Amino acid sequence: MDIDVKFFASLREHMGRTSDKVTLEGEATVADVWGQLSSEPMPSNILVAVNKEYTDLSQVLKNGDEVAFFPPVTGG
Amino acid sequence: MKVVVQLDALDPYKEIKHHEETVLVSGKHGGVVSFVGTMRDFNDGEDVTAMNLDHYPGMTEKHIEAVCQEAMDGWDVMDVLVVHRVGDMYPADPIVLVAVWSAHRASAFDACRYVINYLKERAPFWKCEVTTEGKKIWVEHNSKDPGVAESREKLA
Repeated sequence: MDIDVKFFASLREHMGRTSDKVTLEGEATVADVWGQLSSEPMPSNILVAVNKEYTDLSQVLKNGDEVAFFPPVTGG
Repeated sequence: MKVVVQLDALDPYKEIKHHEETVLVSGKHGGVVSFVGTMRDFNDGEDVTAMNLDHYPGMTEKHIEAVCQEAMDGWDVMDVLVVHRVGDMYPADPIVLVAVWSAHRASAFDACRYVINYLKERAPFWKCEVTTEGKKIWVEHNSKDPGVAESREKLA
């Protein structure tokens, strides 16, 4: 399956890109996506969204999902 | 209910007047409570000269709308308007407007506080400040309003 990935704010700078595409075989979770993107474990403060809803590393994905990784939010 | 995320400068009082004149029925509401968040020229002991506000288009609006809907469902209010800036801004610039109209003031005060608190907690925005030395600093967390837990309890 093909997954669109987005990074925001300080994590975007750390990863050196705003977006990426990941191809995974069989059943896969958000944790598998992170594993394809980085050899480092995901920092504990990083938040995860799939298709613009908050979730966590265990969420199972389907083809075409948009996965976003970002630091704690600071709006308002 | 109206939620706008914009690059353009924000004039909160003009937005309130415009909403009252174009959306609300004159004479039906008993008051409007507004919160206007503005940019500070200091943070964590640093002098701040500018700020860039980043967001996640689509997800940001979706989560502000969800918070506004919770406020509309939880209190007896007539309408909620949120306008939030993104992009480059400078000290004293308005960053966000939350305005809540209701027949009676108590609901409007409570709902307005709920919306700004949960917008800050859930809507994906990120502040990057520029110091007087030109250093860029990502703000790592928002300060907590001690009323957050209280307003959550009231809604529950």
